Amino acid sequence: MLRAFAIAVASASLLTVSVAGQAPKPAPKPEPRAGAAPTARSLARARANNAYKVPRTAWGEPDLQGVWSYATTTPLSKPDAAGDKTFLTDEEVAQLAEETAKRQDSAPRTGDPGTYNNFWWDRGVSIGRTSLIIDPEDGKLPPLTPEAQKARAARQAYQREHPADSYLDRSPTDRCIMYHGVPPLPSGYNNTYQIFQTPGMVAILDENIHHVRLIPMDGRPHLPSTIRNWNGDSRGHWEGDTLVVDTMNFNDKTNLRYGGSSNTHAVERFTRVSNDLIDYQYTITDPTVYTKPFTVAIPMPRRDDRIFEYACHEGNHSMEGILNGARADERRAAEAAAAKAKPQ
Amino acid sequence: MRNRLMLALAAAVAAAFWLSTPTHGQTRAYRAPRTPDGKPNLNGTWQAMNTANWDVEDHVARQGPVIGLGASFSIPPGQSVVEGGQIPYRPEALAKKKENAANWMTRDPEIKCYMPGIPRATYQGYPFQIVQTPKQILMAYEFANASRIVYMDIKDPSPSAFWMGWSRGHWEGETLVVDVTGFTDQTWFDRAGNFHSEALHVVERYTATGPDHLSYEATIEDPQTFTRPWKISMPLYRRVEKNAQLLEYICVEFAEELMYGHLAKKPAK
Repeated sequence: MLRAFAIAVASASLLTVSVAGQAPKPAPKPEPRAGAAPTARSLARARANNAYKVPRTAWGEPDLQGVWSYATTTPLSKPDAAGDKTFLTDEEVAQLAEETAKRQDSAPRTGDPGTYNNFWWDRGVSIGRTSLIIDPEDGKLPPLTPEAQKARAARQAYQREHPADSYLDRSPTDRCIMYHGVPPLPSGYNNTYQIFQTPGMVAILDENIHHVRLIPMDGRPHLPSTIRNWNGDSRGHWEGDTLVVDTMNFNDKTNLRYGGSSNTHAVERFTRVSNDLIDYQYTITDPTVYTKPFTVAIPMPRRDDRIFEYACHEGNHSMEGILNGARADERRAAEAAAAKAKPQ
Repeated sequence: MRNRLMLALAAAVAAAFWLSTPTHGQTRAYRAPRTPDGKPNLNGTWQAMNTANWDVEDHVARQGPVIGLGASFSIPPGQSVVEGGQIPYRPEALAKKKENAANWMTRDPEIKCYMPGIPRATYQGYPFQIVQTPKQILMAYEFANASRIVYMDIKDPSPSAFWMGWSRGHWEGETLVVDVTGFTDQTWFDRAGNFHSEALHVVERYTATGPDHLSYEATIEDPQTFTRPWKISMPLYRRVEKNAQLLEYICVEFAEELMYGHLAKKPAK
């Protein structure tokens, strides 16, 4: 994961990397990570293996410690093109990986300085399903509430007109405030968790923006609802061998990738089904935005690797680039308008 | 027989008294509770209570930089946490320190919400939490959500430069010793312009001196900046409130106007 660290130094932003203007690097042959594909099937196999005994910590809790990866190219919501299909064959997974690699290595459009090439991205491969959502059964995000539809349309309209008037118009990701979110959705790199356990406490370190979630396991209540956070407030407990983490108290700016509100309530479930795989699922309930709850499943294979410091804000040259670029565009537009208005 | 018993008793009392007398940073009498793997248990939420983040050296109270905030946000006085009082700068480095101090508001990385580095994160004035496992110890800091992993199980040299350094630890009896290298030259020690180069090498010592106190010492070595290694020390206090927890202080949003405000679109005239 040191490669990802280097990316962080070079440029911090995922959605706006085109501004950073990275010089293309020689790309190695794209190879799907061995063993990662298709994790949906390894997960089903591991789940069926009832004989697996989860290792215990010295004080008797299921031991989930280590570095785990939620990297995958599988989309959150099932694309219409997938039709009724739920699972993918190994060949389809390999083909998708090749297409992703090709796309990432292809030359940018004219006028676009381009972004990282396939060497730099670390997206993982498809888990072998057509969506990360497993409930509702159609694999799709539930319909938005009428209020959320209106709010989203208004925001999109505003964003089209004001893509970068100020840093406030950029996403929390571009601003290095939060990255994968809680619970996370995979991005282009650093989709990595490290789990630490001590009696009464679980800590989850997300590689991106070195975000640490400290999860009390001592039964204490959530923070009062007057305290609201970008990453919410998490409390955990054990249900059998499963670590259950309950998160609420989000602020109204959080803007998770699946589009939550301050009423988001997330329940994550971590179950170690083999030495090398955690069955990771979470259910999002947000009556302000979604007409019903939905459940996401991202099998997390163990990664025999370390997490490194991702200094996002400290290296966020992209923000200056984005804002400077927008001001330059405005100047050019104003000059063009002035030239046009001038009588010939 | 009786005399000998009295003598032994007196000796024991004296020893107990001697052992229980705290000598700054040197108390060795206390034996911390153990973790399941038999090591001193340093888990918990800790915080320094001093003004070292303003200036690790002696400093008198002075007017804060924002006149309008008057007495509320002026600079509190404090005594040096540096052994011997002063940092042994090389002459050219001392000149740079003075220049830094004169340009504090434009140069101090803390103002931009950059990760504070070690040892500054320890005494920045925000709580930090130790999550201690046998092979790795996570240290999570409230400010900027900074964190670092202290590797107890590897000797590998730093693979790169990091804001929070590259930490490898080991136990020396009651003491957790953390060797930190792999720094950038971008972090400072305080708001007084005290600085270092990327050659910085910090050796920290964490020792429980009671159920709710740690002794913290850091030996600082950087031949490019200092004429000899020097040491800081201070107690750290456990946050004993029942509901103590690190809260979210993502300070980026408080530095953005300062850093990017000048690049915003000007309102139409």
